[in-house]
Order: sequence, then structure tokens, then C-alpha cells
Amino acid sequence: MDFTDSPDDAAYRARARDWLAANGAEYRTPPAEPYSRDELVRRSRAWQKAKHQAGYTGITWPKSMGGQGLSPMHAIIFNQEQSRYFAPTGLFEIGLGMCIPTVFTHGSPEIIARYVAPALAGDEVWCQLFSEPAAGSDLAGIRTRAVRDSDAPDADWIIDGQKVWTTNAHLSDYGIIVTRTDPSVPKHKGLTMFIVDMHGDGVEARPLKQMSGGSDFNEVFFTGVRVKDSHRLGAVGDGWKVALTTLMNERLAVGGKPSHAPDYAMLMDFARRIETDTGPAIEQRDVRQRVAAAYIADEGIKLTQMRALSALSKGQVPGPEQSISKVVVAKTMQEMGALALDLSEAAGLVTADADPVLAKFQGSYMAAAGLRIAGGTDEILRNIIAERVLGLPGDLRPDKDAPFNAAVAA
Amino acid sequence: MDFDFSDDAKTLREQARKLFDERAGPAVARKHIDGDGIDRDLWRTVVELGWTAARVPEAHGGIGLSAEASCVLAEEAGRALAAVPLGSVLAATEALIALGSPEQQARWLPGIADGSVVAVPAWAEGGLSPAKAGASVSGGRISGTKAPVPDLAAAQLAIVSASGPDGVGLYLVDLTGPDVAVEPVETLDLVRRHGGLTLTGAPAEPLGGPSGYHDWLDRAAVLGAFEALGTATAAMDMAVAYAKERVAFGQKIGRYQGVKHKCADMFIKLELARAHALHAAWAMGADAAELRQAASAARVASLDALAFCAEENVQIHGGIGYTWDSDCQFYYRRNRALAAALGSRTFWADRLVRSLEQRNAVAA
Ligand SMILES: Cc1cc2nc3c(=O)[nH]c(=O)nc-3n(C[C@H](O)[C@H](O)[C@H](O)COP(=O)(O)OP(=O)(O)OC[C@H]3O[C@@H](n4cnc5c(N)ncnc54)[C@H](O)[C@@H]3O)c2cc1C
Repeated sequence: MDFTDSPDDAAYRARARDWLAANGAEYRTPPAEPYSRDELVRRSRAWQKAKHQAGYTGITWPKSMGGQGLSPMHAIIFNQEQSRYFAPTGLFEIGLGMCIPTVFTHGSPEIIARYVAPALAGDEVWCQLFSEPAAGSDLAGIRTRAVRDSDAPDADWIIDGQKVWTTNAHLSDYGIIVTRTDPSVPKHKGLTMFIVDMHGDGVEARPLKQMSGGSDFNEVFFTGVRVKDSHRLGAVGDGWKVALTTLMNERLAVGGKPSHAPDYAMLMDFARRIETDTGPAIEQRDVRQRVAAAYIADEGIKLTQMRALSALSKGQVPGPEQSISKVVVAKTMQEMGALALDLSEAAGLVTADADPVLAKFQGSYMAAAGLRIAGGTDEILRNIIAERVLGLPGDLRPDKDAPFNAAVAA
Repeated sequence: MDFDFSDDAKTLREQARKLFDERAGPAVARKHIDGDGIDRDLWRTVVELGWTAARVPEAHGGIGLSAEASCVLAEEAGRALAAVPLGSVLAATEALIALGSPEQQARWLPGIADGSVVAVPAWAEGGLSPAKAGASVSGGRISGTKAPVPDLAAAQLAIVSASGPDGVGLYLVDLTGPDVAVEPVETLDLVRRHGGLTLTGAPAEPLGGPSGYHDWLDRAAVLGAFEALGTATAAMDMAVAYAKERVAFGQKIGRYQGVKHKCADMFIKLELARAHALHAAWAMGADAAELRQAASAARVASLDALAFCAEENVQIHGGIGYTWDSDCQFYYRRNRALAAALGSRTFWADRLVRSLEQRNAVAA
């Protein structure tokens, strides 16, 4: 066992560090005020472009896709170094983490040539149009329809329906969308995936206000939206298989802790500053127990990710350990937030002029509730661990084999 | 970065798993209920295979493997509930290697390697945490009572914690010498036998100083974490196997999320504990500054995983799980023995936070 960088990795880290120091100076501290929407988009694109020109995008992607053809270790190293800064990276996470990998796995050469490079360069933003009002966990139950415009083999498709909770749809240029093309077959079999132009006729994204007060996600309406057959991803009826590519990439992309979310170390500092009736909170036995639990979860996930990376770097397939990440991270964020708020007594509730660290815990407490749902709920992830890793039998899924239209009617 | 056991350690692990699969496991453990806790045939084989020699330097008749060897052996012994004093001997060996003078090593390590000496740590004293010791030393003589001490009946050498002039430290006590009395102590664990060691001015040699004692506690915690991981994994495997087979309300109970999500939680807790244990194994092998933090986290995480797996394994088995004839009890009971074996969860969680505080103080 050896936790130090290999000479090659160390050199890469040093280069990344130098580049960030030279180019990221303005992001060394968090912005004093949250950016306006336009400012966020402008800065996100500029940062992505700067990284692209320096060769720090698509780090693990093949060179044929415009990537760097490097190892996951290199990507982690760059991200570790980047996370010391407060540069805006969120806008491209879904596109580059999930959508584009799906495009280059299932798209035709022309589609790949058209879409991959501009996304990587920060010129085009993507969103993931999967969930619908009636289907989230049960993604195969979506109802948005896509119908051929004529009988010609390469006829256009017309899409009608509604998506919801679509992160960044209002800021996106393109999206990947799962649609139902055949309601007369069982639900997993009648799906087809497309690329849609978010600026096209009949597409309307309406921002939704989240519980946290922010508006990152949207409901998106599709009314008679025309999509060329060339923009289909995978075969007609293979949408489930294609969607699984996206979801696999999602598990990798959303696995870790959101960057700059408060961690156990911040919790410790906070608990040291708080005076209780019997001394600093950090000296209380129950607080120490809970700080220890936060450390075990927080650091445990980091170490777990290193195990997977270490396997990858030796050309092995990582074990199933990675699947525990999001369940642990999201719940731990919620628990740490709750503890920080409790320790603050009534002040924990007050947002007006809150201490900046308390404000971070208030924010992460609110965000954690969404993180436990986004990208697979705690319950769905436990099902996945139990069924795919431990081999336990699947839940009863009474609608699984019935034609979709019959199952919905029932 | 390479965050995995070496190939040598993995080979040893396979070898250990094979032997213990054949010769240990809960059904064999059952035969040792109310015995003296030692499967002598199995222990002879363990010694012949060189596992007590694995960690001992070549100069003292051993094989000189790294700390990883002890970690995988502890894990496999834990998985199989093997009725051999391997965990005790590995922890005692670690004390001699880390803290022993050349003379002490030359005197004891060859015997440990060839199996003629079974060495056991003896720190426990009723309700005291490992930081304290009622037993005391003066003028090279030790007095006090240590209990419960695992595997004591089989031991010739005890590594005893006691209060000396500079604080609590470790002392070597030859159990074949004078002023030593050993008697059995009943505990919740019916397979791993414990004893009480009464010392009435027995000759005692200091082994390292008080800081050495705390360093040893960390090392022993790493080994204990691997043993707990092994035992917890076996309990999870038993629960999962039953959930795949038992039918209620017309379906396998593993289909019910009340059951299946418990199994997922066992896996989650185990993977977290495994990550910390591996980190701690690395820190131990590398003598890294993070050892205390990593060992404390490994101990707390592994005890949490073990308690959950052992307790919910009984639950998933329902009524049959609560019978004397079910194997669930062995994991349930061993869980308590391992939790008590080196200071409580509370002690180690506090130690973890203290080490984080110290590290931050140094960094600041
Ligand atoms: C912040 C945020 C961002 C998001 N971004 C996107 C996005 O960009 N694109 C996108 O397509 N979607 C997005 N989503 C949607 C997200 O994927 C879904 O909300 C999620 O999959 C849950 O689906 P649902 O909301 O329909 O809840 P439901 O599936 O209706 O679940 C309701 C409750 O039932 C439980 N449940 C459901 N099925 C089972 C089962 N089989 N066993 C046990 N319990 C079950 C769930 O765990 C949950 O507790 C986002 C969500 C959030 C919160």
C-alpha cells in the first residue's frame, strides 16, 4: 500500500497547481455575493473554455473524442486541485458527466462530430430530461411520447409531453430526453432516447423554486417538438439501455460530496467556538461521538473512492464499494447540518445575519434534503446495493411485463 | 497510489480462508462451547503454516512479513470464529516488535514464531478504560488483577498494562514464573475463553514507556478492526443467505425492503469500515503520523459495522435465530467480546476526535 503520488502523478499535480495559480486567482475565495444568473453562465463558460484550452477537460475521455486520454487518477488529481478554488463548475457537470458520455457511446459519427467538441469547450450547455411528474424512481414509467411524422424510414419524430426537476434546463442548449415510442409493449421495451434542441420550437422550460429557495431545476414542456431521426441515440426501443449508460455515469458523477459542502473539520471548528453551559461544545461527550461519526462517513467515502481508483489504476474493475457513496454523503450532510444547528440553540434557526459558518450549515442542511432524492433516492440506492451487489431478489414489480398502456390503465 | 493489500498479503489471506473454511466456522466453534476455547489441532496447523512467525523478523526465527500479514490473518480468523489464540498472539507480537529491546525480542519472539510461547495482551481491569490501570509496578514487581483476558489459559507470556513511575505502560510477565495465578472468567462469549490474572509481586520487565503503550494500543486496534470486519462480514453473509431462502407471505423475505435495506445497510457500514481499516493498515505499515487517527476510526467503524450485522442477523432469522442451535448467537456474542477487547467505542471515538484536534493544532 502506498498513498503517495507516483512520480508521473506528482508531476501532473504540480502542473495543474501551477496552471490554477496562474489562471484561477480570482476564484481563490468564494464570491462575496451569489452571481446573477447571467453572470454565472458567463463565468462558467469562460472557466470551462480556459480549462479546455489548457487541456484540463475530458481528462479521461479518449483523444478521438477530444479528450486527453488520461487515467481517472489524473481527473481526480485535477479535481482535487481545482476544489481548492471556488470556480463555477456546476453548469457543465450534468452535460459532461452524463449527457455527452451517452452521446459518444450511442451517437452516430456525425452526431459525435457535431456535439462533443462544443460541449467540452464550454460553448454548449446540456441537461438530462428523464424524470416526469408521474415517473422518477420508476423511470421506465415515463409518458412523454415520440411519434414518427411519416412512414419514411428516417422520418422526423414529434415529441409531446412534460419533464420535471430538470436541473439547468433553463440555461441549456441541448438535452437528452427519454420518450415512449411504443406504449403497446412492456414499459422498459417501448422507450427511445433523443437529443433535443432546448431552443427549438415547442420547448418551454419554466424554472421551479426549490425548497431551499433557489431555482436550479425546471419543468419542461414539449409541444409538437420536431426532432430529426439522426438525433436518435441508439435503436428505436432501446431507450432503456441507453438511459442506463447515463445513469451509470450519473452514479460516478454525483457520488461524491458536493464541493465546498461543510465537512467534519468545519463541524469541529464550529463546535469548538460554541460555548455551552458546561464549556465548549466540542468537549461534550455526545458531540464528540457525533463528530467521530461524521469523520467516519466523510473520510470513509473519500477512502472508498480511493480504493476504486486504485483498482482502476491497476487496470482492474473497481468493486461494488462505490455504490455506497451518495447514500452516505447525503445523509451525513443532513446530520452534520442538524448538529450544527442544534448546537447553535435558537440562533440555528435565524438566517438573518447568521454567522458565515452557521449559514453554510443551514445551506447544506437544506441542500441535503434534495441530494437524498436527486440521482436515485436513498431507498432506490439501497435496493440497488441489495439486489445488484448482494444478490437479493428484486422487489415485486407487478407492471413489469404488462404492455405499458394496459399497466397504466390498470 | 496503491490502496490495496500486497500480493503476498492476498496470497496469505487465500491460504487462511481455505484452512479456516475447512477446519473452523460456527459449527466448529459450537464444539468449543464450555471448552477451554482452544482447538489444539487447528492451532498446531496454524503454527506449522508459519502464521505466528509471519510477522516475526527473520533474525528471530520468523518470516518478517509486513503488518498487512497480521491484518489479513486477523480478518480471516474473525470471519471463521476460529478457536485459536491467533488474535491475541498477533497483538502481543506487535508489542514486542514495536517496543521490545533487542534482548526482549531475542528472548520471546523465537518462541512465538515456533509456537512454544503463546503471548497475550492483558490490559483489561473491570470498568477501567485502556488509559487507566489499577495494577501497579514497583521495583520490578507487579501486583494487581487483570480480567477479562482473552485466551489467558493457553498463554505462557502476558503483556500487562500497569501504572509505573511514568504512567501506564506495558510490562512483560512470564506466566510460568512465580506469584502468578490464573483462573477462568465467565463471559458472554462462550467460545473465546477469558481468564483472570492475579499478580502478587510477580517479576515484570517494562516494555517501552507510556507513549509506547499508546502506540501499541493503536496497532492492536488496527488488528482488532480487521478481526471485527471478518466477523461482521460472516454475519452479513449469513443474513443475506437466509434472506434469499426463507419464504413468508408467499415470497422470499429478501424481497421485503424492511429486510433488504437492512442488508444494504450492513454492506454500507462494512465498506466504510473496510476503507478505514485499510487506511489504518497502511498507516501501521508505514509508521505514518496518521496512525492514531486512522486506527481509531477503523476501530469505531468496524465495531459499528459488527454490532449492526450481528444484531440484525438475529433479527432477519426470526425465531430460529434466537435458538441455542442457531449460529446467530456466536456472532452476537463475539460482537460483545470484540467491543470489550480493547476499550469501548466511546473511548475510541473520543481518541479519534482528540487526534483530529491535535492534527489541526499542528496544522494551524
Ligand atoms: C435537486 C434535484 C435535481 C434533480 N435533477 C434532475 C435532472 O436534472 N434530470 C432529471 O431527469 N431528474 C432530476 N431530478 C429528479 C430525480 O431524479 C427524481 O426526483 C428521483 O429519481 C425521485 O423520483 P420522484 O421524484 O418521482 O419520486 P418517487 O419515485 O415518486 O419517490 C417518492 C418516494 O417513494 C420512494 N420509492 C419509490 N420507489 C420505491 C421503491 N421501489 N422502493 C422503495 N421506495 C420507493 C422514494 O424513495 C421516495 O422516497 C432531480 C431531483 C432533485 C431533487
